[in-house]
Amino acid sequence: MTVNSTAYKTRPASAPRRRPASPARRPGWTPWLYLLPALVLLGGLLVYPIYQLGLISFLEYTQAQVSGGEPATFQGFGNYSALFGDSQFWQVLSATVVFAAACVLATLLVGCALAVLLTRIRAVPRLALMLGALGAWATPAITGSTVWVFLFDADFGPVNRILGLGDHSWTYGRYSAFALVLLEVLWCSFPFVMVTVYAGIRAIPTEVLEAAALDGASQWRIWRSVTAPMLRPILTVVTIQSVIWDFKVFTQIYVMTNGGGIAGQNLVLNVYAYQKAFASSQYSLGSAIGVVMLLILLAVTLVYLRLVRRQGEEL
Amino acid sequence: MSLTVRRPGRLVAEAAALLIAAAVAFPLYWMVLSALKPSGEIQSTHPRPWTLSPSLDSFRRVFEQQDFGRYFLNSLLVAGTVVVASALIAFLAATAVTRFRFRFRTTLLIMFLVAQMVPVEALTIPLFFLMRDFGQLNTLGSLILPHLAFSLPFAIWMLRGFVRAVPEALEEAAYIDGASRTRFLWQILFPLVLPGLVATSVFSFISTWNDFLFAKSFIISDTSRSTLPMALLVFFKPDENDWGGIMAASTVMTVPVLVFFVLVQRRLVSGLGGAVKD
Repeated sequence: MTVNSTAYKTRPASAPRRRPASPARRPGWTPWLYLLPALVLLGGLLVYPIYQLGLISFLEYTQAQVSGGEPATFQGFGNYSALFGDSQFWQVLSATVVFAAACVLATLLVGCALAVLLTRIRAVPRLALMLGALGAWATPAITGSTVWVFLFDADFGPVNRILGLGDHSWTYGRYSAFALVLLEVLWCSFPFVMVTVYAGIRAIPTEVLEAAALDGASQWRIWRSVTAPMLRPILTVVTIQSVIWDFKVFTQIYVMTNGGGIAGQNLVLNVYAYQKAFASSQYSLGSAIGVVMLLILLAVTLVYLRLVRRQGEEL
Repeated sequence: MSLTVRRPGRLVAEAAALLIAAAVAFPLYWMVLSALKPSGEIQSTHPRPWTLSPSLDSFRRVFEQQDFGRYFLNSLLVAGTVVVASALIAFLAATAVTRFRFRFRTTLLIMFLVAQMVPVEALTIPLFFLMRDFGQLNTLGSLILPHLAFSLPFAIWMLRGFVRAVPEALEEAAYIDGASRTRFLWQILFPLVLPGLVATSVFSFISTWNDFLFAKSFIISDTSRSTLPMALLVFFKPDENDWGGIMAASTVMTVPVLVFFVLVQRRLVSGLGGAVKD
């Protein structure tokens, strides 16, 4: 974590255009006092567990060590080589990446399209769409999952009835189960994108858009050449947030595919780590999977920080 | 903008918006409807999108068979504590990183950003051992503390914009008028930042209220400390799911969040705009 911070030290911490106010000039210990509760909590419940996670991933840590009191032996990279030698791990990893990518793409496309739609309509339909979206947004992941499973239930669900699919089971096949989870994830995560991008579009001065329209630009051209570039900071935030959320999906997969699907066909990394640790008591393997996830998301974060820096945002 | 859109185009757009709104709201409608259907209609292979004889049987079953009311209170207690504590702590921290210039300020900000990206689910294993070593397993504290900690980085990040928006001249004026730093903090800055705190609290409330993984992992033997998600899963039985019960329990779990959202929705949109524009 400190590796990337050094890159930022070269930035002028107090740019001349932002003169600190008088109490800020000699802050003394006050800011640290204000930060104390937050830092204590984060240190104890975030930083220390991350250290522990890394540590456990290098130990032999199974039921014998957890409750039997046997000493935990150092394994070096043993857990990692066991993990990387397991073809199921690679299958789960690629499924996670593809699934997250599909979710992010779908969420962004639908969210942006509906945000543009919101700017074209009058207040009443706009309110209706906003309210529907807020409802989906507010729905807890677990109840959203139960409802969607019920909607697509083979025997009693309305969807099969409407589509005339008989008692076709959506959770039986690997891809249809993933598709069902994707629909639920899309349903509960597009509202964030829609509302945020809509707020961003509203913040663009109308003169700019009118000028483009007067110059004869088509709607698509206006979006591509005027709106999208002006929205880029917002789109970056929204994309990264979606990547992070969708990469970590747990509840939906766990509930909708009943813990990872038939023979683990619908496992994603998060559920895989949980199953390894708490279902088969292989805590060190579960921790190693957690470390892999952490590193992947850290890489995404570094990309994000670079993008933010290139846009010249001040921290 | 409205100049460029001709009327028929707008009507099509509005019709599409209404259709999409209906489709998005449909799962929630179906949830409430199924919770109200008598069990005969739920077990029907020809489900109808209405019911002529609504009944509260499913709700009654949920509240009677399980210790549901207690789970509900547990969930409320955990989420409420996290929201209030997180708002206060994040407010202090956001003030520190926006109103003061000090060493490591930028490093701290970047660490708050990185902390948001940490997949907290991956920390379930070490947290489980941490809670066990401190004797916190099966207590509500084992849910409150991690959620409080994990809600902080995002809350601090979001509140920055709101704290920064309060003009520094106001702060100087307060000091000239003889206000102490503490007085300025709680009597001037805090009320001004309150809308931002509300927007932020939505996120900490939802992530805590929705939590399934920690509740499943840390509350293992004392079911009187369970929260709603666990109670919901009780109705899942192999091959004979009690859909009426599941939908009624889901409704009970969703409604508080909906109410919370409706109460704060105006501030949420402006709050998000503020945080993102920032």
